[in-house]
Amino acid sequence: MEHYISLILKAVFVENMALAFFLGMCTFLAISKKIEAALGLGIAVVVVLTVTVPVNNLLYNGILREGALDWAGLPNVDLSFLGLLSYIGVIAAIVQIMEMVLDKYIPALYAALGVFLPLITVNCAILGASLFMVERDYTFGESVVYGFGAGLGWALAIVALAGIREKLKYSDVPEGLRGLGITFITVGLMSLGFMSFSGISL
Amino acid sequence: MADASAKQVLFEPIFSNNPIALQILGICSALAVTTSMNVTIVMCLAVIAVTAFSNLAVSLVRTQIPGSIRIIVQMTIIASLVIVVDQILKAYAYEISKQLSVFVGLIITNCIVMGRAEGFAMKNGPWLSFLDGIGNGLGYSVLLLFVAFFRELLGAGSLFGISLMPTVNEGGWYIPNGLLLLPPSAFFIIGLAIWGLRTWKPDQVEEADYKMSRHKAKEAF
Repeated sequence: MEHYISLILKAVFVENMALAFFLGMCTFLAISKKIEAALGLGIAVVVVLTVTVPVNNLLYNGILREGALDWAGLPNVDLSFLGLLSYIGVIAAIVQIMEMVLDKYIPALYAALGVFLPLITVNCAILGASLFMVERDYTFGESVVYGFGAGLGWALAIVALAGIREKLKYSDVPEGLRGLGITFITVGLMSLGFMSFSGISL
Repeated sequence: MADASAKQVLFEPIFSNNPIALQILGICSALAVTTSMNVTIVMCLAVIAVTAFSNLAVSLVRTQIPGSIRIIVQMTIIASLVIVVDQILKAYAYEISKQLSVFVGLIITNCIVMGRAEGFAMKNGPWLSFLDGIGNGLGYSVLLLFVAFFRELLGAGSLFGISLMPTVNEGGWYIPNGLLLLPPSAFFIIGLAIWGLRTWKPDQVEEADYKMSRHKAKEAF
């Protein structure tokens, strides 16, 4: 249990997807002008990550990794080079399925997430989390916790940035720095703040 | 951009329409690899190759793709190219491919590749699309190399791994600024680079959401 709590703390604060690994930056900068939108996107990312990382974990351990096809009588087959293609396929498929399920059973949430769900397929944070999961060799349990933690960290970062930008638009910024430039510098300062979490572990 | 000349297509994205600074594309997988020039150059070459060839491939099949599944088709083309690049790196530059770790794979979701395939290659011929891919890859590389130059020079006192300013640890005089090897510095450098670019080309400046009103109250006098 302690191991899992430590893992989730690490994924949310120390190795924050957006601020420490620069993942999901495009959407991070584009959709962070309003808190409501940022929150909707953040929730969508948490949900998608919590589902896709474990599924990709099963796929990797059950089919792709070297020797994983032992049960089928193919002990020497190593399909790990197909990894990238299968992860992105799984992500695209799951996002599509989630869209349909939400539309049918939880229309309120579907309406709230709106256009963000399909956008998530090309969010690097989603694919990045799956690749980190493979690289670090997480077990199934760990991958569930890691997916959730990584999503939560990303959501936290984008909501915080949206909060800052809502105030920032009233300030008098030098001309060339307006918009994208000052946003980058703000994110840099946030990232500096998150650096202070490094070294924390249970 | 129907009558765009080849030269324009190739050079426009480098400064006038830089994919990172202006189109906010492809920042995702990039910044983490800019701590040293060697790694950055390999990453840039990988991105240029993938963008160029995916544009070429998408443009070649653009009349055959049904509109409703075009995203999946583009994604498959891009993912296959990235796998090829990844395997080549693992075979010939294993050390660097270890340092790049997951970021080679993340070229798939790099918005530049997808954005150019969807935005340019679907509407233009193979040759122009190929050039557009190279141009946008170069625009991305320019900014990336700029960031990496400062981060490696000031953070480690070296360029391409060759020590230019001998650091204190090695008996020299330069005290390396460790902050530049950490993530926040990349954001600062890009922010400042955008500032510089927009001061040079003022037409890229964004409109302010709110303007400061003139000072009307008299009580200060």
